[in-house]
Amino acid sequence: MGILDSKVPSGPLAEKWTKHKNEIHLVNPANKRNIDIIVVGTGLAGGSAAATLAELGYNVKTFCYQDSPRRAHSIAAQGGINAAKNYQGDGDSPYRLFYDTIKGGDYRSREANVYRLAEESANIIDQCVAQGVPFAREYGGMLDNRSFGGVLVSRTFYAKGQTGQQLLLGCYAAMNRQINRGKIKSYNRHEMLDLVLVDGKARGIIARDLVTGEIERHSGHAVVLATGGYGNVFFLSTNAMGSNVMAAWRAHRRGAFFANPCFTQIHPTCIPVSGEHQSKLTLMSESLRNDGRIWVPKRLEDAEAIREGKLKPTQLVEEERDYYLERRYPAFGNLVPRDVASRAAKERCDAGFGVNKTGEAVFLDFASAIMRYGREKAMTSGIKEPDEHTVRELGEEVIEEKYGNLFQMYEKIVDTNPYKTPMMIYPAVHYTMGGLWVDYNLQTTIPGCYCAGEANFSDHGANRLGASALMQGLADGYFVLPYTIGDYLSYDIRTGKISTDLPEFEVAEAGVRERLEKLLSGKGEHSVDYYHKKLGKIMWNKCGMARNAGDLQEAIDEIAELRADFWENVRVPGVLDNMNQELEKAGRVADFLELGELFAKDALHRNESCGGHFREEYQTPEGEALRDDMNFKYVAAWEYKGEPKDAVLHKEELKYENIELKTRSYK
Amino acid sequence: MKLTLKIWRQKDAASKGQMVDYPISGIDGDMSFLEMLDVLNEELNNKGEQPVEFDHDCREGICGTCSLQINGEPHGPDRMVTTCQLHMRKFIDGDTIVIEPFRATAFPVIKDLIVDRSSFDRIQQAGGYISVNTSGHTVDANAIPIDKHDADEAMDAATCIGCGACVAACKNASAMLFTSAKVSQFALLPQGRVEAEDRVRNMVRQMDLEGFGNCTNTGACEVECPKGISLDNIARMNREYLSATTKG
Repeated sequence: MGILDSKVPSGPLAEKWTKHKNEIHLVNPANKRNIDIIVVGTGLAGGSAAATLAELGYNVKTFCYQDSPRRAHSIAAQGGINAAKNYQGDGDSPYRLFYDTIKGGDYRSREANVYRLAEESANIIDQCVAQGVPFAREYGGMLDNRSFGGVLVSRTFYAKGQTGQQLLLGCYAAMNRQINRGKIKSYNRHEMLDLVLVDGKARGIIARDLVTGEIERHSGHAVVLATGGYGNVFFLSTNAMGSNVMAAWRAHRRGAFFANPCFTQIHPTCIPVSGEHQSKLTLMSESLRNDGRIWVPKRLEDAEAIREGKLKPTQLVEEERDYYLERRYPAFGNLVPRDVASRAAKERCDAGFGVNKTGEAVFLDFASAIMRYGREKAMTSGIKEPDEHTVRELGEEVIEEKYGNLFQMYEKIVDTNPYKTPMMIYPAVHYTMGGLWVDYNLQTTIPGCYCAGEANFSDHGANRLGASALMQGLADGYFVLPYTIGDYLSYDIRTGKISTDLPEFEVAEAGVRERLEKLLSGKGEHSVDYYHKKLGKIMWNKCGMARNAGDLQEAIDEIAELRADFWENVRVPGVLDNMNQELEKAGRVADFLELGELFAKDALHRNESCGGHFREEYQTPEGEALRDDMNFKYVAAWEYKGEPKDAVLHKEELKYENIELKTRSYK
Repeated sequence: MKLTLKIWRQKDAASKGQMVDYPISGIDGDMSFLEMLDVLNEELNNKGEQPVEFDHDCREGICGTCSLQINGEPHGPDRMVTTCQLHMRKFIDGDTIVIEPFRATAFPVIKDLIVDRSSFDRIQQAGGYISVNTSGHTVDANAIPIDKHDADEAMDAATCIGCGACVAACKNASAMLFTSAKVSQFALLPQGRVEAEDRVRNMVRQMDLEGFGNCTNTGACEVECPKGISLDNIARMNREYLSATTKG
């Protein structure tokens, strides 16, 4: 087992979690009142963990860089949340959700964790409905479902195109209830700048009050990191502007192993890049692939004419269009998993069939869905022989009800009407499957430091299925951590309050100050954004949708060089002891400049293609990913040793006892 | 595009602020309003001046972080969008654009264009929740059927992003639209009915304590709301409040 013990309980897969819950230690209610827990990040994972831990009786302190917990980026999730409820009676079960998730992740996730996730999924929906989350319903009053990529059942619950918002507001409400009771103290506009270890255990954090600039010490008996993903290492991504890796990276530097950093999800349906000043990319929910058909022109000359504005997409008839996903993957069609859909779009655009000015876009077309829904609506409305105009109008109404806010968002950004002309989309960085390595209890390699949600690596392997991020965040926070953290804390009931006057806190605070002052004393050649954009270009061009050994080696060298340049020449205006957004950004980009190199190093060492990690050297003659289970069926967990180039690899071998390893096929 | 920006600059909460003029050029219609401010900040930074601090995060109109009073309107001239989704194609070459923070006693300025909206959090903490434990052992999600119309209406109210545009638009700086959206969401659902009376009393009390003004039904909040939250919610909250307070 080596240094990495996954602590997966023994016994049959379906009984592991129940058995584990029965066997782990509990903390009695009186003792919980004497135990402090720090939760960093207040998205779905952090917010749900904080609310539940406080409800159990622990004293919880939450930290978020936003001005309110309600603004965490979970809020931007659109399409839905999976749960094995089988309300549709279409053959769903926890096992099938488990199977789909393992397969979707291209056999690089841990069986026991994923099964637990599938097992808890139904519970989440019950919980959220009880909390007043207004999921979409049918006319009979029952909950509605939709389909997502990579599966053959309808198990996705949704609240229009704002599912993440509604689930997060549910967590936020649960937190508010505990804040009102005095069980949670929330520190908003605060950023964690270091993790403090005492006797090898996580015992607190150093945080900066982003309003006053004050550096603060906070202690606790355990620290939960739920700080999201690191997609912003690419500069342009669908993440929020403030999303960052700092908390996870600081923990990594203190001893938490970082697992599979190269596993990044490039989401197929985002609004294409429009210009040089673009600051972020906007996702169009995967749910659109339920009804939208993806295509490019069949003939190169048509693609060229469209690019030059001489031809409109609506002028091309069916036979002149290449619905390439339907052609290549007839079984799943437009609903193949994200990694497959993204690579297929890139393949067509690289071959010259792209349809926007830069040649980096494909069409997502709702015309046939509009007509199909329109005919159905005409029937149910008693219109016997509707003309085409009526059908179209009725169909547009149905589409508006389903995706109205997404269509509106598209129109505001792109300035064209997606009801009349097909949307243009292109893949963009969206989610990171990699993250801090955790065991079955969600504990990192630092005792007392837990990691939940997107920030950990555990459940999605090399590719995450749509509508599974929300599920994981809430399962971790509501139903997993409250048990497993109690087991750890049961040994801490006699510890008493942790003093922030301990030398460990003093040393950590001094380190944080020194780092911030160093950032403020750069030579002032270039802004933080200058470096961030440069890093993003390296990452996108050399560690993006397709990677090869040569490019990755170059990326490693270039990032190391850029990092040295940054520390020498960055310009951060303003002072330490006042609000200073440039200083905040500088700290985050400094960490991205380290993570980016480890990312490339991880991608270089993994000589196979799996999920979102596509190495050009390892593909089938048809251009599909070629996995190497003989040599790479493991989690790559990196130990910090100074420079990223010195990071040491530890392997957690993955065991598949319940699922047979297969080549993933969506044909 | 060439533009003149008139921007509110204020060092911190204790300092006095003032409007400062900034000419800017090379602005493209496809840029978002905040990307235009990014360009300005890069220029200021290059000149060794202090960049303008403003709140923003998701930049896709859902987190509610961005604010800004643009030419006197919260989130600017376009309808049904937040500032981050406002695009420069809504302006024309030569325009002067006045950019201020949201103004309200209950939203004190922290720095430049950034205000403190924690009063909104405290209103939610006073009762914006259903008192159910999060341990997951509740009834099956389909055990209580909910009328689709009620569920849809609850959803419409629940889409409030808590940005504060309603307060900034109101001549009384009232938070009625914000508060009523949450009161309505839960009042419309069977799960929320149980403690509806306590909820509305507590949230309204907190709203008043925070120093928000009263509602005089001008409807400016609804017009400026980037999510189209309806005035009907205020009417519903008034009914709920009346019923809760007269029952004693």
